[in-house]
Amino acid sequence: MSEVFIELRNIEKRFAGVHALDDVSLTIRQGEIHCLAGENGSGKSTVIKVMSGVYRPDSGEILIDGQPVHKLTPIESIDRGVQVIYQDFSLFGNLTVAENLALNTELREKRRFVNWRSVRALARRALDELGVDIDPNADLETLSTAGKQLVAIARALMSDARLLIMDEPTTALTGKEVETLFRIVRDIQRRGIAILFVSHKMREMLEISERITVIRNGRKVAEGPTSDFNEGSITRHMTGHDISSESYRWQPSPGAPPAPRLEIKGLSKPGAFSDLDLAIRPGEIVGLSGLLGSGRTEVALSLFGMEPGYSGTIEIDGQPVRLDSVGRAIAAGIAYVPEDRLSEGLFLSQSIDRNILATSYDAIANYLVIDRAKARAMTADMIRSLQIATPTGEKLVSELSGGNQQRVVLARWLLTNAKVMVLNGPTVGVDVGSKAAIHHIIRDLAVNQGLAVLMISDDVLELVGNCNRIVLMHRGRFVADVDTATISEEEISDQLKSFK
Amino acid sequence: MVLFRRSETIIATILVLAMIAIGLVNPAFWQLDNMFSLLRSNVVIGIMALGVLMVMLSGGFDVSFPAFAVASMYLTVKGMLYFGYVGVFLPFLVSVAIGVLCGCLNGFFVYKFRMVPLIVTLGTGSMVRGFLLGVVGTSIVNIDRFPPVLIEFAKAEVFSVVKSDGTHSGLTAMVLLYFGLALLVHLVLRHTMIGRSVYALGCGAEAANRVGFNLKKTIFFIYCSAGALAGFAGILHCSMIWLANPRDFVGMDLEVIAAVVLGGASIFGGRGSVLGTMLGVFMLVMVQNSLIIMKVDTTWQLVVVGIIIVIATVATAWRDRKRQA
Repeated sequence: MSEVFIELRNIEKRFAGVHALDDVSLTIRQGEIHCLAGENGSGKSTVIKVMSGVYRPDSGEILIDGQPVHKLTPIESIDRGVQVIYQDFSLFGNLTVAENLALNTELREKRRFVNWRSVRALARRALDELGVDIDPNADLETLSTAGKQLVAIARALMSDARLLIMDEPTTALTGKEVETLFRIVRDIQRRGIAILFVSHKMREMLEISERITVIRNGRKVAEGPTSDFNEGSITRHMTGHDISSESYRWQPSPGAPPAPRLEIKGLSKPGAFSDLDLAIRPGEIVGLSGLLGSGRTEVALSLFGMEPGYSGTIEIDGQPVRLDSVGRAIAAGIAYVPEDRLSEGLFLSQSIDRNILATSYDAIANYLVIDRAKARAMTADMIRSLQIATPTGEKLVSELSGGNQQRVVLARWLLTNAKVMVLNGPTVGVDVGSKAAIHHIIRDLAVNQGLAVLMISDDVLELVGNCNRIVLMHRGRFVADVDTATISEEEISDQLKSFK
Repeated sequence: MVLFRRSETIIATILVLAMIAIGLVNPAFWQLDNMFSLLRSNVVIGIMALGVLMVMLSGGFDVSFPAFAVASMYLTVKGMLYFGYVGVFLPFLVSVAIGVLCGCLNGFFVYKFRMVPLIVTLGTGSMVRGFLLGVVGTSIVNIDRFPPVLIEFAKAEVFSVVKSDGTHSGLTAMVLLYFGLALLVHLVLRHTMIGRSVYALGCGAEAANRVGFNLKKTIFFIYCSAGALAGFAGILHCSMIWLANPRDFVGMDLEVIAAVVLGGASIFGGRGSVLGTMLGVFMLVMVQNSLIIMKVDTTWQLVVVGIIIVIATVATAWRDRKRQA
């Protein structure tokens, strides 16, 4: 067992009287891959900030190489070899890859003039060392997210790093890019550099790490070698209770099956998708999956009237509807929960109440005047029934966690008496506890209000747990329609991977 | 291939095409004295544009420089008259110093209070202009009182020709000052760390801070440099036109910003170059010059400047979006 590089002992940190960290201890050994697991708001980022010297703990000790460090500053932390790769990477899109890599070195050496030859040489060496093929003369913003991340890693390694902290590094990566990242992480580890992986994705933690520390509500609740954990136990530690993983199966009422709520026939749009047929009955949740670029998002958008110019027919309750604007789609009873709720689904700087009511103002207005009492009653009812964690609806949506924000989006559509709900990545960036709750809400909606739900997701497990049928899409066509009762999750994943 | 993707190449191409087109419509365009006067008109607006470029690169916006320029020149000329000073170097130094002081004001508000640069410079520009007219005076220093030493200085020419009809036309040596300053700004932006920090700041203050740039230094450097360039442009301008008018440079902000945007600088910061800006300035001055040659009413020139701003902004925004896709 190798020696300890950095150790946090009994760290406590309060913000305005609230315990952000309460007696947290964490040991990272030289050259190990360690996972710090916890839900959003559990204190993960506070731990990072303590280790990188951004926050000073109220009490407790930090030891580096067995020596106590008093007053760790950001500069000292970097000098000691702690490097953080933030989620936004802190890179400069308008500068070349080479300059992005060289800036730290130039600044550390307090240079006043730029020697472009040495900038390129430094960059070339850093990229070669990481073994990645990126053109150092390219502008950074022309790179993919994965490429930018590799540049950020290369930059961090340039300053004699001994510990690399990666904050949610896999969030924006595709499956293949995650594999590449893991390969590189293991390469880095071989050089004796420790890696702290901060994540809430169980699969990835179990795959990559050697040891895991779980924190919940600012307290350490578990730690140990990865072999001691499995998905269920991590979930339990992260959420504090068992998450029921029972799956939902829609039961059509006995007798004749009800007529489809939503039926699309021969739906085509040049360059996006062609000849799609699908029927969803009331209460049914149908999954839709496919690689990025398969056309699945375009299907969702055309159902919501954002891709006019399709051909084919869309029927709701047997009535053909023409969905060539968002207004018409809403009027026809379609609700859409977008892929990126922050930029497409919510008005972040507005209150919860106003977000919930955004599509319902016509219903609560007497001519031009909003009926405030009615509005308040409606939103209070929604906050209660969807268990949105907030003392008041006046609070800004931006202050809520991801899971609660998603509930606000759902609440908005509940009020419109939608007949069809299209969910695009309903639980992306939502932690385990909230995920289960959101699934429950969706199922209840389907059953109680007879909604037809189309659930688009990358998460096969999520689809298997909620849907009777999963439609797989590839290059703009529905290529398979599988019954989740007869096929395993692995088989679906394998089928998805075979689409290249 | 890289050459074709650079904005400067595109601007230069458009410029050459426009020059050919204008020359076809009006052959007088290519005459030597028109070229000389064209270059001459580049000097003052060009020097101001260098300052605006730096502010825009950092993601800021500056509308205060015309006020700073006019304050620097008017105070300096008034001072020269009051003390009866004869000389060139010191007045230029004083004018630049006044510009730096005004620029400091901008830097202070932008850094200390994290205020939006557009609002800050709107305020400081207005303050400085009002102060100048209210406290220092509103009278124009005409040619009869204007310091002859400055007039003599600005009369210097690089070379001159005597035309067939006996009149003389020459290229003012002031273009050398402009080119010299442009080279200096280019070197600073491209080859010094403070220059690179301007680009970094234009991409994101938080990221620049995390990498270890001293943003206070960078912001003060940017606004003081812009002020200095405005002060320099001011005193040079009055020397070239032989009078100091405290109400000069009204509406100049729009023209200069148009030129910088035309030169490929992004209004969101982080992108732009000295060469591009010089081309942009040349293009704008050329268009205005041609409108005059073609006897288009001056009010219509405003319309043209407005159209140029809109087209150039759309083009750069479209370019930036395409790059990120």
